[in-house]
Amino acid sequence: MTKADIVEDIAQKTGLTKKEVGETVDLFLEQVSDLLSQGRHLEIRGFGTFKVKERKERMARNPRTGDAVPVPSRRVPIFKVSKMLKDKVAHHS
Amino acid sequence: MTKAELVELIAQRTGVSKKDTGIVVNLILENIGGALTRSDKVELRGFGSFKVKSRRPRQARNPRTGDAVAVPPKRVPYFKASNELKSRLNGGTGDE
Repeated sequence: MTKADIVEDIAQKTGLTKKEVGETVDLFLEQVSDLLSQGRHLEIRGFGTFKVKERKERMARNPRTGDAVPVPSRRVPIFKVSKMLKDKVAHHS
Repeated sequence: MTKAELVELIAQRTGVSKKDTGIVVNLILENIGGALTRSDKVELRGFGSFKVKSRRPRQARNPRTGDAVAVPPKRVPYFKASNELKSRLNGGTGDE
């Protein structure tokens, strides 16, 4: 499923134009990205939580040469699936 | 931030009413949840993808009693962030 499929489905269900729905979907994704890049969290009941975790600096190795390479600390986006959604996915077969 | 605050922010920028924006946002989440429930994946370019992984059945132990317990196979939803999103979180523009 892609964004286009989602937009199509929502336009059909709501009667809003695909343009309106498309803009809203794009802004939704953009806002979530913005929040995360500001280090903020977004909690959506019944769906899950988007958050940011800090990964510490560490030493890794170049697998080709075996040289030690420092990996700088960085932030990674995490999505923690809500229990409700996890249960729905696990029990549906 | 909560969903209500997010809806408000989006509505301000699109000119679509808060009510309709709320409905659209709920439908986005329902579409993603529904796809995952069907074990379908959702790919959102520039953002990431939602997928379902299968976990094989395995033998585990009750840590209190030490008894062997059969863990049935299960399906676990997860989110894989796009390289763009990962880059944005670290000061990149997300364009590379």
